[in-house]
Amino acid sequence: MSVGIVMLVHTALDRAEQAARHWSAGGCPVVIHVDANVPRKTYARFVAALSDVPTIVYSRRFRCEWGTWGIVAASQAGSELMLQTFDDVRHVYLASGACLPLRPVEELIEYLADRPRTDFIESATTADVPWTVGGLDEERFTMRFPFSWKRQRFLFDKFVALQRQVGLKRRIPKGLVPHMGSQWWCLTRQTLTAILQGPERREYDNYFRHVWIPDESYYQTLARQFSTNIESRSLTLSKFDFQGKPHIFYDDHLQLLRRSDCFVARKIWPHANRLYEAFLTDPAGAMKRTEPNPGKIDRIFAKAVERRTRGRPGLYMQSRFPNEDWENGVTAAPYSVFQGFTEIFENFEMWLGKATGSRVHGHLFSPDRVEYADGQTTLNGAIGDSAKARDYNANAFLTNLIWNTRGERQCFQFGPSDNQDVIWRMSKDPNAQISVISGAWSVPLFRSNMNFMDIRKEAARLQKIESEHLDVLRSPYAKARIRIWTMAEFIEAPMEPLQGILDEIGHTQMRRLSEVPKMVDLTGFGQFLQNLKNQGMHPYLMGDFPVALGPEPAQDRHRKPYLVR
Amino acid sequence: MGAWQSYRLRLQRKRWRIRAFRKRRELKREVDRTADIRPLDLLCFSTIRNEAVRLPYFLQYYRDMGINHFLIVDNDSTDGSADYLAAQPDVSVWSSKASYKRSRFGVDWLNWLQMRYAHGHWSLTVDPDEFLIYPFCDTRPLRALTDWLDASSIRSFSAMLLDMYPKGRLDEQPYQKGQDPIEIASWFDSGNYTISRNKRFGNLWIQGGPRARVFFPDQPAKAPALNKIPLVKWDRRYAYVSSTHMLLPRGLNQVYDEWGGEKASGVLLHAKFLDTFTAKAAEELSRKQHYSASVEYRAYAETMRDDPDLWCKWSEKYINWRQLEILGLMSKGNWA
Repeated sequence: MSVGIVMLVHTALDRAEQAARHWSAGGCPVVIHVDANVPRKTYARFVAALSDVPTIVYSRRFRCEWGTWGIVAASQAGSELMLQTFDDVRHVYLASGACLPLRPVEELIEYLADRPRTDFIESATTADVPWTVGGLDEERFTMRFPFSWKRQRFLFDKFVALQRQVGLKRRIPKGLVPHMGSQWWCLTRQTLTAILQGPERREYDNYFRHVWIPDESYYQTLARQFSTNIESRSLTLSKFDFQGKPHIFYDDHLQLLRRSDCFVARKIWPHANRLYEAFLTDPAGAMKRTEPNPGKIDRIFAKAVERRTRGRPGLYMQSRFPNEDWENGVTAAPYSVFQGFTEIFENFEMWLGKATGSRVHGHLFSPDRVEYADGQTTLNGAIGDSAKARDYNANAFLTNLIWNTRGERQCFQFGPSDNQDVIWRMSKDPNAQISVISGAWSVPLFRSNMNFMDIRKEAARLQKIESEHLDVLRSPYAKARIRIWTMAEFIEAPMEPLQGILDEIGHTQMRRLSEVPKMVDLTGFGQFLQNLKNQGMHPYLMGDFPVALGPEPAQDRHRKPYLVR
Repeated sequence: MGAWQSYRLRLQRKRWRIRAFRKRRELKREVDRTADIRPLDLLCFSTIRNEAVRLPYFLQYYRDMGINHFLIVDNDSTDGSADYLAAQPDVSVWSSKASYKRSRFGVDWLNWLQMRYAHGHWSLTVDPDEFLIYPFCDTRPLRALTDWLDASSIRSFSAMLLDMYPKGRLDEQPYQKGQDPIEIASWFDSGNYTISRNKRFGNLWIQGGPRARVFFPDQPAKAPALNKIPLVKWDRRYAYVSSTHMLLPRGLNQVYDEWGGEKASGVLLHAKFLDTFTAKAAEELSRKQHYSASVEYRAYAETMRDDPDLWCKWSEKYINWRQLEILGLMSKGNWA
């Protein structure tokens, strides 16, 4: 008999009873502290139910409220009683009623017998560990906390703020270096008696009585004073979420807990019948006799906390609806937006699809209908092609589309005649790759058969819209990968920009660009622009085109693409 | 939100409660087993009309989930629903022949019953064609969820309505009493939902799904709301404002995270589109007892004449809650 269990109990007394029986059946004496908030009748029934076990005793009851001294007082009383009553106890293990022994008790006894001088207590200096929730770390030790956090939150917060403002500080007793860690420890008789019977106990108690959450710092700090051999980890597997409350284990965690090789886990859901059945009846050696290895459980819970605090980028749903600019990812995956390319090249979409292997849509935001790739009428996630439905919430249309197709890169065309509601969302999105040939919208007008006065009007309208779009793209808030060329600039040397875009998309076949999209015939385009100018409509977005000669696409086709290997 | 605004919402909440109090006269107590309700019981509230076919499976589903007591208002059924319910050991039944519309689609009645019986209980408010799915619902009972919500100081739990539909014509596979309707209506739209925020009440307004896609492609604003908050740790001061879409006080509507994180949420599988639907739509159209002069049912009737297939190439077939989680329709939040 070398391990004594001090058990703090406040609810689910039936489970506590089961656990207590299990411990004592395994040969460990048990001291139980029942919260003073438990009604006297319930307590009496609990004691009566366990009356057949001789090695269970009950310590003086304290009122335990989370974050207050009561819990420490309870564990002190329990430990003192344990050390007095059971002389051959060498290690004292602090557990709660919601703790479940995962490995047979003999294995724990053996394990501790092999390490007779070791104190297992997680204990880290506050300066080095950002564990704490709610912003109180160092200040736990230097402020006073007369108000309850659970019941008097407003006063609690105000009083903390006041102390910060005034600069009130408590003196930490000489020689103490504040440490914190899990409240579930296993200490040797030597260390524990040094803490409980030391001459300065009264001073320390008075100090810690007003520290915030003393059960996470009292033993952790004092053990550093007296212990000769601290192993800074808890033998109890206990994970905390981002609000500082413990994660709970359910029946479906059975295999996970089995493989963790931990001695004790908390907190167990009281109705997790399978867990209690399995672990309280496991024969010796059901788990490997190895060091505890809670890595997998750690990962699962860390992931849960990340999901709660960061979420999945680009997802907008019923329980995740981030404020603008707080999205942690505006969209779910990278995508490419092309403006002016289909106007200049005849077969741009086909060529792009071939060159990158991504899905290339037409004008998704066209005023008539959503032009999905291959003329589809619905897309992943059952988004329809109704322009009205899309314009009802164009931003959501974009984010939905990218979320639904994650895993496959999307490319689409955009232009000044499209719905412009999405331009801010796209330009602020680091996932967007936006390439613009400014002024290219004039090419279809040039090639159209419209009356010139209508052309002039339409050109003026489109130029205004595109110019506003360019302002957005050039704003300091824009975070997308943005490339803008004037049309004149672009057709001068189209291969380099194209190569650059494809390299960035990345999925290119590792060959150099062998096939080049075919440029439309621009003979007479310069004169067309001059005519617009003569009508008083100055088209400036396309750059400088000489009046007489159009560009010579035939030459460009022989130019070899620039490529960096 | 200013003090004035919050005072006005407070007045509004009181108005709904007074209204519920007045409407209690329209309820006739048929079978009252509420004395059996123990302090920790999980309660389910529902208003029904002619649902005899659906009730057996509905009750079974929620019993298995861990609901301890059902409190049901029967709105003038003629198909024996009331008798069936009266015979169940864990159901209390009230009946009302009054107007469904004037009781604000049953909300007033249920607000009253909740005020009276649900104080301090977790209360689930669902229609007989809505089936709650929550994270880990295949391995953990509803009590595990409510215990966790209690421990996390969360008072309300969101579950978006997910319209389920069969592949092919609605009347192709008739629904049998006691059958799981999701076996027939097993398809859903996974990613065409749009969300906007209701500034006044603080809730989200979600639209989309097959109803928006097929019935309202050109009037998206008219598509029905899909946001729901069916599970609430009830207090007698609370009131549902409009169906289970939103509540007062408005803090209960804060079921979503605004800083990028995900709160835990579930889904209500909505098995509305079975072979029973066409008859129901015709009846509702003549009764005009639904929202906004049954605009929804008028749109259905018009479209249903051509007997459309709600199914499309990108419809998803329902597998389990994990699938819905991966698709981003619900979330585990920090429950693990």
